[in-house]
Amino acid sequence: MLKIENLHARVEGKEILKGLSLTVNAGEVHAIMGPNGAGKSTLGNVLSGREGYEVTAGTVTYGGIDLLQLSPEARAAAGVFLAFQYPVEIPGVNNTYFLRAALNAQRKQRGEKELDSMQFLKLVREKLKVMQISDELLHRAVNEGFSGGEKKRNEIFQMAVLEPRLAILDETDSGLDIDALKQVAQGVNTLRSPDRAFLMITHYQRLLDYVVPDFVHVLAGGRIVESGDKSLALKLEQHGYAGIGQSHPAGAVA
Amino acid sequence: MNQPAPLPLAESLLDAPLPAGGPAWLDAARREHRAAFAASGLPDTRIEAWKYTALRGLAQRRFADGDAAAATREVDAAAFALPGVDGPRLVFVNGAFRADLSALDALPAGVSLQPLSQALRGDAEPLRFALSRAALVGHGREAGDAFAQINAARAVDGVVLRVAAHTRSAAPVQLVFVGTAADAETAWHVRNVIELGEGAELDLIEQHAGLGEQAQLATLVSDIELRDNACLRHVVLQDAAAGANLIRRSGLRLHARAQATLHVLELGGALVRHDLRAELVGDGAQFHTRGVFMPHGRQHIDTQLAIRHQALDTTSSSHWRGVAGDRARGVFRGAIVVAPGADGSDANLSNKNLLLSSGAEIDTKPELEIYADEVKAAHGATVGQLDERSLFYLRSRGIPLGEARALLTAAFCRAMLDDLPNAALREHLSGLLISQLPA
Repeated sequence: MLKIENLHARVEGKEILKGLSLTVNAGEVHAIMGPNGAGKSTLGNVLSGREGYEVTAGTVTYGGIDLLQLSPEARAAAGVFLAFQYPVEIPGVNNTYFLRAALNAQRKQRGEKELDSMQFLKLVREKLKVMQISDELLHRAVNEGFSGGEKKRNEIFQMAVLEPRLAILDETDSGLDIDALKQVAQGVNTLRSPDRAFLMITHYQRLLDYVVPDFVHVLAGGRIVESGDKSLALKLEQHGYAGIGQSHPAGAVA
Repeated sequence: MNQPAPLPLAESLLDAPLPAGGPAWLDAARREHRAAFAASGLPDTRIEAWKYTALRGLAQRRFADGDAAAATREVDAAAFALPGVDGPRLVFVNGAFRADLSALDALPAGVSLQPLSQALRGDAEPLRFALSRAALVGHGREAGDAFAQINAARAVDGVVLRVAAHTRSAAPVQLVFVGTAADAETAWHVRNVIELGEGAELDLIEQHAGLGEQAQLATLVSDIELRDNACLRHVVLQDAAAGANLIRRSGLRLHARAQATLHVLELGGALVRHDLRAELVGDGAQFHTRGVFMPHGRQHIDTQLAIRHQALDTTSSSHWRGVAGDRARGVFRGAIVVAPGADGSDANLSNKNLLLSSGAEIDTKPELEIYADEVKAAHGATVGQLDERSLFYLRSRGIPLGEARALLTAAFCRAMLDDLPNAALREHLSGLLISQLPA
């Protein structure tokens, strides 16, 4: 589904990703872990097409197409979803209106029929139930005045409605108390399916207790320095990132 | 330098014969106001209040005085129909009252509404005080007031609206000013006199509508007086024709504990200028404005808001937003004066603006002068672009760039309508805002 090869990317003239390679297949859940400044969030932003992230070398192929050529909205329509580390508050734009505009914009780009308000409402009700989210969130402006936990839950709720093929969760677990974390994890688990892949960017192993990944990768110094199964996350939890970075110089793995 | 030749605009406004046959005092006042206009000439950009609105182009044009065929011009009533608004209505086409488009049968008791042309045919004495001056608020000889003078000299029609003391008008009163193509480029002038008696309550909707590229010059001067405890809710929808040069002056005077709330949308016209002045002359008077100006193409929209707190414990709040696209220009000046003795006043003014293109310009100037004690006052102005983070957020969910921009811009403006109580009207106005945005 997603094939990243030798990706180099710069932000404000500073090289952050330095030859990152990663393959994600449909149905898989990959966890990307790493110390602060390793380039975790940069990876999410590059994949979703944020401006200001300059790819200087390498390729990203998604479903056989060159993902980097697409605008952010075209990537979304193609099924790429980024759950933001810091979801933006948008006063004056109603959450339901926004989500319907987003879903219909995606459908339009894919040449599918847009949903009318009745059909959309039905879909939203179903997803609210599955995600165990109060419909009170729907009537507010997008993320405005939401608590940290509400914002993250709203991201997962949007994901549920938009049904992406590749979901990138950028530190969705950070800043959550244990109940909110469980709720978010339950949402993700509900959405796991054979034709959907997840890329979970996280700093801590904690989320992985609730969403068990198929693969764990360590991102350090702008590239993947070690890959393994979920036991790698436990190892990191015990020994920290410092040991990994030193015992596996970046060049040796690439 | 020799005396410069009179500009074509000034010449055409001076040359046409003055309306005559009114009461002697009115004919005399018209001559005086014309003489004052002849002496002062058109304002230029050296005058502070006209610094950002140059009349160079307009000054080179000549306009015919009034539209002789205004009574028979075809106008589609659907052009000014508003959802949630179905009450008494006065319609003017090219400055002339049109009984066929108006609705005066639904007038509640205590509300008197008639065209000025009709009022002058009857006992004009009650209008003597108002029509002898160029405007209720401010002074005729004040710099830059040339258009109020020419209006006082030439206006033959307009609105005379009185709400008797302690009368509540349930249905909103709709005032519609339509500019439409005439046989020549035309100038017309409208004078409105509105008074709310003690404890009276009124919902007022003022519309400027029209179609067509033909150049017109319209001046409108409105005096609005609110007696003690009167309450006015006033919505202004300016969606004038593309060729309209629209110069308005609204003066409000608020007596003790009177309250006026204005929502203003400035969307249409070529060159639009609105001098909105309020004098809070009675203790506890409150004046609130919310406004949006949205010039695009080559439009120029200038709002000059001036509020004078002249009595104890008076309150004003003014929140305005501007959005300019293409090569358009927006101007906003908000001047608040808290006069000596107006202790305990509370004044709040903000103006936030968005530029949608690099060729657009907005000039904003908040001014605050305080000569009283224990005053709370705040003001601020910003000009900026849409937040990149918000734009990316919307795009990352699949909303295309143009649509994302429109969505954020509409939200920015719509906030000014949030407290409009008439939901159907509010939705309609929001829709207009959105349709004005580039796709």
